[in-house]
Amino acid sequence: MKHTQRIEDYKNDSPKFSRLWSERYLLFLEEITAVFDGFKALDIEALGIEHNELRVIIGPNGAGKTTLCDVVSGKTRPTTGSVYFDDAEITHESETEIVLLGIGRKFQTPTVFDSLTTYENMELALPGHQKLWPNLFGRAPAVERDRILEILERVGLAEELNREAKYLSHGQRQWLAISVLILSNPKLLLVDEPAAGLTDAETALTAELLLELKTDHTLIVIEHDMDFVRRLDSFVTVLNEGQVMAEGTLSKLQENEEVIEAYLGR
Amino acid sequence: MTKSTQNLRTGIAGISVFLIGLIGIPVLYFVGIIPIETVNMLGRYMAFAIVAVGLDLLWGYTGILSLCQAFFFALGGYAMGMYLVHHGPLDGDGIPRALYVVSSEVTGLTLPWFWKPFKYFPIAFLLGLALPGIVALLIGYFGFISRVRGVYFAILTQAITVAAWLIFCLNNMKLCGTNGLTNFVTIAGFELTHPNVKLGLYVSTVLSLGFAYIICRYVANSRLGRILIAIRDNENQLRFLGYKPHLFKMFVFVVAAMIGGLGGMLYAPQMGIFTPEYMTAKWSILMVIWVAVGGRGTLSGAVLGALVVNLSYNFITSKAPDYWLFVQGTLFIGVVLLFPDGLMGIWKRLAMRIGNRLSTREQVEISNVDVA
Repeated sequence: MKHTQRIEDYKNDSPKFSRLWSERYLLFLEEITAVFDGFKALDIEALGIEHNELRVIIGPNGAGKTTLCDVVSGKTRPTTGSVYFDDAEITHESETEIVLLGIGRKFQTPTVFDSLTTYENMELALPGHQKLWPNLFGRAPAVERDRILEILERVGLAEELNREAKYLSHGQRQWLAISVLILSNPKLLLVDEPAAGLTDAETALTAELLLELKTDHTLIVIEHDMDFVRRLDSFVTVLNEGQVMAEGTLSKLQENEEVIEAYLGR
Repeated sequence: MTKSTQNLRTGIAGISVFLIGLIGIPVLYFVGIIPIETVNMLGRYMAFAIVAVGLDLLWGYTGILSLCQAFFFALGGYAMGMYLVHHGPLDGDGIPRALYVVSSEVTGLTLPWFWKPFKYFPIAFLLGLALPGIVALLIGYFGFISRVRGVYFAILTQAITVAAWLIFCLNNMKLCGTNGLTNFVTIAGFELTHPNVKLGLYVSTVLSLGFAYIICRYVANSRLGRILIAIRDNENQLRFLGYKPHLFKMFVFVVAAMIGGLGGMLYAPQMGIFTPEYMTAKWSILMVIWVAVGGRGTLSGAVLGALVVNLSYNFITSKAPDYWLFVQGTLFIGVVLLFPDGLMGIWKRLAMRIGNRLSTREQVEISNVDVA
């Protein structure tokens, strides 16, 4: 079985034992637990995401998918264990530091700045302009305008350039949130439910875009929508009650009794 | 099409209002239409408007409701007041009278060390800006790093202001106690009672208001201004774009505090007395009301609000003093319930309605032409 193989690999490649882990993996979680008021939201022995991989994480509600993202992005501190990213440990870094190291995130509900226009939302996401004083005295970088327009063109938001984000539709807000993430150009993208509330056509385009991103990024996609997961056609991790239940391709997992019991079958 | 012409139009409107304040009012005084007392009163209200502009940058743009702008205003006022007291009547061994009358010791009183620098105008002026700035930096550092937000920040700042008020009221602190700073006679060698000096103070206040407005407008229009709005909308999201929101909040808090200090420094000599009264909760709330009435997040609204509220205060208390509190309460409730965008919001709505009517008329004319 492929998934048992991977789990074996994790043990051998773990940063604790092998210095070469970063050759294969961009992100590695080791013995991570997150406990809230005695409730174990997350209990992961080992989990590695390889370079330029698109990993899909599925699981029933409360399985710990979002908590996993919180731990990686520094929003939640793990109770025990370590997070390694890009050849270094990031367990104790702040959210901002983690972003600057190259982990970007899109939240479950699309978070955009309501009072700013589509273009201004994008402009804020430009990497390398996060300091205080240059923002006060500097002019808006004109060179990057083309890149912003290019991305917005791709997701069909070019005509909404000067519209305040609060007037955008739900789908457009999702797109804007994803565009912001693409523009900030992180090494690892955490994408939490990108297809939630989208129409079929929009869902298809989202899948296409995420697959395009795979060529020069690493992605973790959390999703409920099985059609969407099928479209992505990638390696899947199933979380259940905070633990990694199984890993493998979707077709393999659909044959797995345990997974069907917990999640797929009803 | 409209945004740049609109900016131009509001720019022209702003400059003309500023010129009315700077030149129009003094001309009216010289012609003899308004007495110097009115000019002096307008000057004081414009000093309030200076604080309001800073508060609007902080509250309207960044979403930080601070209830210690009154404290910063008072720090500026005390810095200038202590300078003025130095150059007023002296008692005993050269001790300013304002300080002498509230001290318990009759003999052997010496000037406390922290009074000495305020003898010199440039130093007092710089301290009037620096002290509020430093206090704001400290409050901001501890408050924003530990992510004190929203109503909790408002409560924290109000508590600090009340604590400051209690401290300034103590006679032992040698800050002249509840009597406050009195006996102002000269400023930089000029007699404060002379009408031309009063006019000069008025003009300096208008210029300072313009200066404070330009600084805030510059910040609001810069890229940093967009970051401030983003903080107001969703601070957490901004953190996930790699920004450190507390730095930006500290910056804008310090700017607003220094502007508040500037307002206080201009208020003290025009009022002729400066007491701890300005650190009471009432004033903190009043300053928030000025901004709310004018319209949050517009800067010009803050100036308008401060002037309108204070002028109506002046008008009503001179005609029917008992009714002022009712008017003030109605104003505040009205702004919260009916006009959340304040006077500027009402103005914009009216302008839009007129604009629509004009544009439809134009369209009708054009279509008529087509038919012809």
